[in-house]
Amino acid sequence: MNAMVQFLKSLTLKELRSGMGVTGRYFFGKKFTVQYPEERAPQSPRFRGLHAQRRYPNGEERCIACKLCEVICPAMAIDIESEQRADGTRRTTRYDIDLTKCIFCGYCEEACPVDAIVETRIYEYHGEQRGDLLMTKEKLLAVGDKYEAQIAADRAADAKYR
Amino acid sequence: MVTIEINGKPVQAEQGKMLIEVADEAGITIPRFCYHSKLSIAASCRMCLVEVEKAPKPLPACATPVNDGMVVHTRSPRAISAQRSVMEFLLINHPLDCPICDQGGECTLQEMALGYGKDISRYSEAKRVVGNPDLGALIATDMNRCIHCTRCVRFGQELAGVMELGAPGRGEHMHISTYMEHSVDSELSGNVIDLCPVGALTSKPFRYSARPWELTAHFAVSPHDCVGSNMRVDVRRGKVMRVVPEANQIVNEEWLADRDRFSYTALNHPERLTVPMIKQDGQWQETDWDTALTRAAEGLRDIVQRHGAESLGAWAAYGASTEEHYLLQRLMRGLGSANVDHRLRQQDFRDQAAQPAYPSLGQAIADLEQLDAVLLVGGNIRKDQPLLAQRLRKAARQGAKIMQLDAVGHDLAMPLAEQSIVADLHSEMLGVLKALVSEKGEAAPQGLGEALAALEPSETQRAMASALLAAPQASVFLGNLAAAHPAAAELRQIARELAKLSGARFGQLAEGGNSAGAWLAGCIPHREAGAKPSTQAGMDWLQMCEAGLKGYLLHGIEPELDCIDSAAARRAMNQADFVVAISSFAGEGLKAQADVLLPQATFFESAGSYVNAEGHWQQARGCVAAPGEARPAWKILRVLGNLLDLNGFEYTSVEAIHSEMQALFGDVAMLAGEDWQAEQSWRPPEGLLRLASHPIYRVDAMVRRAEPLQATRDAEQAVLRANPATLDVNGLTGATQARLSQGGVSVVLPLCEDETVADGVLLLPSGLDEACGLGAPFAAVQLENVD
Ligand code: SF4
Ligand code: SF4
Repeated sequence: MNAMVQFLKSLTLKELRSGMGVTGRYFFGKKFTVQYPEERAPQSPRFRGLHAQRRYPNGEERCIACKLCEVICPAMAIDIESEQRADGTRRTTRYDIDLTKCIFCGYCEEACPVDAIVETRIYEYHGEQRGDLLMTKEKLLAVGDKYEAQIAADRAADAKYR
Repeated sequence: MVTIEINGKPVQAEQGKMLIEVADEAGITIPRFCYHSKLSIAASCRMCLVEVEKAPKPLPACATPVNDGMVVHTRSPRAISAQRSVMEFLLINHPLDCPICDQGGECTLQEMALGYGKDISRYSEAKRVVGNPDLGALIATDMNRCIHCTRCVRFGQELAGVMELGAPGRGEHMHISTYMEHSVDSELSGNVIDLCPVGALTSKPFRYSARPWELTAHFAVSPHDCVGSNMRVDVRRGKVMRVVPEANQIVNEEWLADRDRFSYTALNHPERLTVPMIKQDGQWQETDWDTALTRAAEGLRDIVQRHGAESLGAWAAYGASTEEHYLLQRLMRGLGSANVDHRLRQQDFRDQAAQPAYPSLGQAIADLEQLDAVLLVGGNIRKDQPLLAQRLRKAARQGAKIMQLDAVGHDLAMPLAEQSIVADLHSEMLGVLKALVSEKGEAAPQGLGEALAALEPSETQRAMASALLAAPQASVFLGNLAAAHPAAAELRQIARELAKLSGARFGQLAEGGNSAGAWLAGCIPHREAGAKPSTQAGMDWLQMCEAGLKGYLLHGIEPELDCIDSAAARRAMNQADFVVAISSFAGEGLKAQADVLLPQATFFESAGSYVNAEGHWQQARGCVAAPGEARPAWKILRVLGNLLDLNGFEYTSVEAIHSEMQALFGDVAMLAGEDWQAEQSWRPPEGLLRLASHPIYRVDAMVRRAEPLQATRDAEQAVLRANPATLDVNGLTGATQARLSQGGVSVVLPLCEDETVADGVLLLPSGLDEACGLGAPFAAVQLENVD
């Protein structure tokens, strides 16, 4: 009985036709391909792209060198050295994120008690030389400074779920 | 013994013991903050509330003595709710600054809050804010975090013996601070950092530099004093970040002296030697190991060929490891010279052949707590051996009679039963002996008859003698100043007789970290390793100075700073043609005198073993790699041995040296020494005498460079101290500075009136930069007014 059914199915090309049906449906249906880079897919405020270090409105860096991001990072991508700054506060003297190690899990952002390290919406970046993808404190702060408005808006949008 | 029940489990306990101790022994954890097994009970935090059946309210386990038939629940709903409520109260005023707090990650409050705290605080009012007192260079304060457990206050009172921290104010206004505005100066102050269960007191040198979870722990033994404290060295990425005590009840309990705790800060000092250097036409040149070692070996061989092996001498540091002492003496004896010595802070060696196998405490360190009477002769035990003083302080709190016989009335921070501050320690001790002899009605000990005959003991001397005699457990200790005395052998003789006659024990508070190891390893001219009499007669270090040796091998020392007779050391170095220095640090002094500098790893960076004052032999493995080209000294000495074609220098590991020594040492620790009997011939020189011994933070090259320690009040200033009467006699009343001349060298230094200094003596510690080139202690000096 089974063999009979099999035989009929292959004789009538049932599987080929249903496969072509799928192709046809998409061929004639509404397209959703995004014409990157002319078009962009929408992004969530929670998007986890390039990292940034934020500052307070008065220009003071937020990071307090607590090293929680360093210890939670599953990829061990973060490297921090800390010391007491002349004014007595706890600060980093070195804050590196190796983007080639980072898996963009967002744990660092999650762990940070002062919202200093954040992941921005930026995903278009590249490096041409070895070391370009090693984000130093200066580079991270520069990203933060440039996109602060967006970063702040995204945090605000997400605040009620946190 | 009574039987109680904790959480349904029957537990045997001693009647009257506190519940928390019993539970700890039974492995049942009760949360606590203020309770500490080594401190008195405060019952101030209330975290240890437990439910005891038939008691109307939960009781604090730390202050509840056990009774037969007691039924205790530590985890019942009632107990837990009490503990949670206490936690909530404790957190009311505690700031939420864990991310910037150095205690974060190893904080008792954090841990307890995880177990007993609520997620959300119900307290929305303003938190209490208090100021942060400045406690000096070692302890950082953030008093908002304080939970008023008063552990730090109790530590100061009970163990450090100084009430520096207190808790003025009541209730909401209570806060921990110094009573008057001054820093915390105790030599044990660092322990409050460990004791503080929160981040209110943290280490200043360590501040904000690492997180506890980044640190790997290594074991080390401190070579700064003869206690041999066990240390946990916390390392991050090959760098020593901090040192904390490793609990060892028979050695350091749970404490560390500040000197042990903060000496690591010198590891990266600018004067650290990291490359071998040779002096070429008076200029220092960096070079490689091959060149430097060949130069050293050639130089030494050249001296041997030209002047004979006897013109070669070796001086070693007190704190070098036993293996290093052993190799150094083997190297020297292999070359044919027995001139090796480490006793650079002594000047009397007449009784050396009669001495025991090593300068011993005469008892276990832990036994010090049980003593009933203690005679401390010449030496500031509080600063020289802080943890031994801490043990004696415990004895004193239990009523032991502590007696001080010294030329300076150091504040030992413990109650003294008798005190005698005189310039002439020697005749004062004879007086005590005389009092003892007459009290016992015995004949004077052999050799001392003449010296004792004419003496009439004073009231104090009599009191000291009868206290020693009456105490079931008594000890006579000779300290560092006594060891540096020009008649130290005679003092040792008298002290031994005192101990013998009164049934007390005689102990030496060795001057250095590994004196015992050095003696056992044969780093002394008259004995080879294992306390075997030396086949060759060697010279002690002062004889070497006198003989004007042509070549020296220095191990871990800076001669002018480390030797008690800086003048002799300077002369010896100037007379020498060739000086090789194995050293971790090179200051100007050493650079001026040496010809080859071989960079040595410090004890943090090399394996080695140390023998403490009770003869406890402890091994450490090294914690981090040495910087640059610096190498462990045993490797340097091994290669030097090979280059000099000596036999048996093929060691491949420090363990090989260790087991070789083990075979040699056997049970030499038992060698008790014999009585040395001499006519007591010492008379103090005429005139003003200078007293000197190495202050707490000048004892070795590393400590001298530890900046936080040098910023404390204990870091000795070069000041001349004498009592007003002495100043008056010398026409210096009111003078602010004076010129001190000793043996042709003179220095102008500030002058300070000090009532604690005995009549007729002047105190200027040795080991200070300003005292370089001055002679030995207890020698006559001239003092002139320069105002
Ligand atoms: S996103 Fe994840 S992997 Fe990347 S740095 Fe942060 S914690 Fe590490
Ligand atoms: S970025 Fe945030 S989590 Fe990381 S060290 Fe700085 S404050 Fe701490």
